[in-house]
Amino acid sequence: MGNPCAVVGVGQTHYTTRRRDVSIAGLVREAALRALQDADLTWKDIDAVVIGKAPDLFEGVMMPEAYLADALGAAGKPMMRVHTAGSVGGSTALVGASLIQGGVHDRVLVVAFEKQSESNATWALSTHLPFSASLVVGAGGYFAPHIREYMRRSGAPAHIGHLVAVKDRRNALKNPYAHLRIPGIDQKMVESTPMLWEPIRYLDTCPSSDGACAMVLSAGDKVTGTTPAWVLGTAMRSEPIFRAGRDTVNPQGGKDCAADVYRQAGITDPRREIDVAEVYVPFSWYEPMWLENLGFAAEGEGWKLTESGATALDGDIPWNASGGVLSSNPIGASGLIRFAEAALQVRGMAGEHQVDGARRALGHAYGGGAQFFAMWMVGSDRP
Amino acid sequence: MREVAVVAFAQTRHSATDEGRCDPELILPPLEEVREKTGLRTFGFTCSGSCDYLAGAPFSFVSALDALGAWPPISESHVEMDAAWALYEAWVRLQHGDVDSALVYGFGKSSPGDLREIMTLQLDPYYLAPLGLDQVSSAALQASAAGADRAELDEIVRRSRAAGRANPYALDLPDPQGDAYEVEPLRPYDIAPITDGAAAVVLAAGDLARELCENPAWITGIAHRIEPHYLGMRDLARSTSAAEAARAAGVDKGHVDVAELHAQFSHEELILRRALELPGNTAVNPSGGPLAANPVMATGLIRIGEAARRILDGAASRTLGHASSGPCLQHNLVTVMEA
Repeated sequence: MGNPCAVVGVGQTHYTTRRRDVSIAGLVREAALRALQDADLTWKDIDAVVIGKAPDLFEGVMMPEAYLADALGAAGKPMMRVHTAGSVGGSTALVGASLIQGGVHDRVLVVAFEKQSESNATWALSTHLPFSASLVVGAGGYFAPHIREYMRRSGAPAHIGHLVAVKDRRNALKNPYAHLRIPGIDQKMVESTPMLWEPIRYLDTCPSSDGACAMVLSAGDKVTGTTPAWVLGTAMRSEPIFRAGRDTVNPQGGKDCAADVYRQAGITDPRREIDVAEVYVPFSWYEPMWLENLGFAAEGEGWKLTESGATALDGDIPWNASGGVLSSNPIGASGLIRFAEAALQVRGMAGEHQVDGARRALGHAYGGGAQFFAMWMVGSDRP
Repeated sequence: MREVAVVAFAQTRHSATDEGRCDPELILPPLEEVREKTGLRTFGFTCSGSCDYLAGAPFSFVSALDALGAWPPISESHVEMDAAWALYEAWVRLQHGDVDSALVYGFGKSSPGDLREIMTLQLDPYYLAPLGLDQVSSAALQASAAGADRAELDEIVRRSRAAGRANPYALDLPDPQGDAYEVEPLRPYDIAPITDGAAAVVLAAGDLARELCENPAWITGIAHRIEPHYLGMRDLARSTSAAEAARAAGVDKGHVDVAELHAQFSHEELILRRALELPGNTAVNPSGGPLAANPVMATGLIRIGEAARRILDGAASRTLGHASSGPCLQHNLVTVMEA
């Protein structure tokens, strides 16, 4: 685990379809300045910058950390660029935390972003290397068969996904940064939207967002600002995309990653001991699937928890109180937003979507063909 | 800081043209070689460096993971940078104290695309990239600013190419000739050759390092610094970030026997030698350096690997591996290793 590490600042931009008023540099700087303000620090207090985003083809800028060094006050400092597909936001936080846990730095700024309006992410996701088949289907086309397999195995009824879509978007109405804000959203409205990749309907999917998220991480003895969120456990896991026999519905990498984080944080019963979870759910059906993968429910039982309302804001294990990826999806930042929202919850700073008395929160991200995982557990008590 | 050493290094026999091998096929032989050298089949942490724009498609690191096996699932990360920064991330991860070994690899194929134009996409997308100032042209601006002596540059190229011919992994390139310019004042041979290749390094901590090899190359200093992106914000004749990284890595705390510098243009070697304050009797790029083989995204890692190899072989007692990123040496990483 190494040296104690805490989140002392969180900054987000308002997530939206197009931020025409700012460049990519302006976008990341906006989030970073808010995180610094929250931490009661300035640029000169930062020792290193870690930046993450999903593939460079999303904006058409190769290795953008070079160009963003100026905007993020990194000149004269170390700066790194992380890329682990959809899990990158989570991995970015973990690399930042690692710099503190390893005793290399005292204060690290982590930033993740996507400005999807500058390009076409579904096109970029459908361009493949010459030696592998392209299905030209984007992320939804890739994940829909795995969802159908989940439904077949678990016997989950068809409306479960829609329940998640409604729940997360109702939560988003309480989050001022959320992108999709649909007053009066209900199951009927979701069901009435076009089928994109069966069983995923239009409102079962995440939007394409512009946005950035930043955090200031601090060594335990250099904490500033108001209440810190303490990092209780961190882990990354990866598995090959084309391994024969890989279970893409309930990936081993996700189970192992969660087990590692729980072990570090002393969690033996996640459903009872975790107060709130921010989990990467880009398609509504991933809530029941990840409930099982993360050990909140037995295999085949996740959808029953969703159906019972356990994951709602007033349920016993609220998932995605912020509205989640379904409500805001600047892809490269989406994982970091999950990690940051988990931190806000245990700091008691989540505003209207605060879960009362949250003391331990899980942040989760996944990427690639459900093969890259990054997670952390944060808590209000110093470990 | 916890004691961490390079205990194994391997690289492909780099090629100047596409030999029909995809990225995983490039990576497999060096991976297998470092596994054999250390006897390790699993590692506490794995980290790689590559760049999607070389492949012209997103997620080039995903298929690399298939080459690795990665089963049961592994603790793994990736930097969209030269793999020297993957080594840095792995070194940081080893500082936690809960894992003792790390596998680092990098790969890149420049042959399928036009590297000179691809690197232009690294520039500020609103103001600089649309100008079409390509990588070689910006390097030429820097060479002009540095005011390098032609004879000195020719000597660097001659020495690098001769060393490369003696290095079985580097390209066989003839001595420089001709006085045509690519972009004045750079001649074609001042520019690192288009190269495909990959490399792998194993890091180990403390006693495990001593167990795994006779002469571990202990990392006694490692640091990196970035500079402003805009060329007008920098004195192009100097590399302040390389100098600051060198100071932070403690380069001046002893004699450097061998320095492997990530100089992709001959004039960069002059700028770096000055920034790192290397004495005249330090052997610079005895492998041939990037001017003899430049598998982009692995080149920086290879510099660390080549510098480590001199210690692993017992030929040197203190060496330096340098990696660079961004236009005109914007970002520099310095690693000092000792026997």
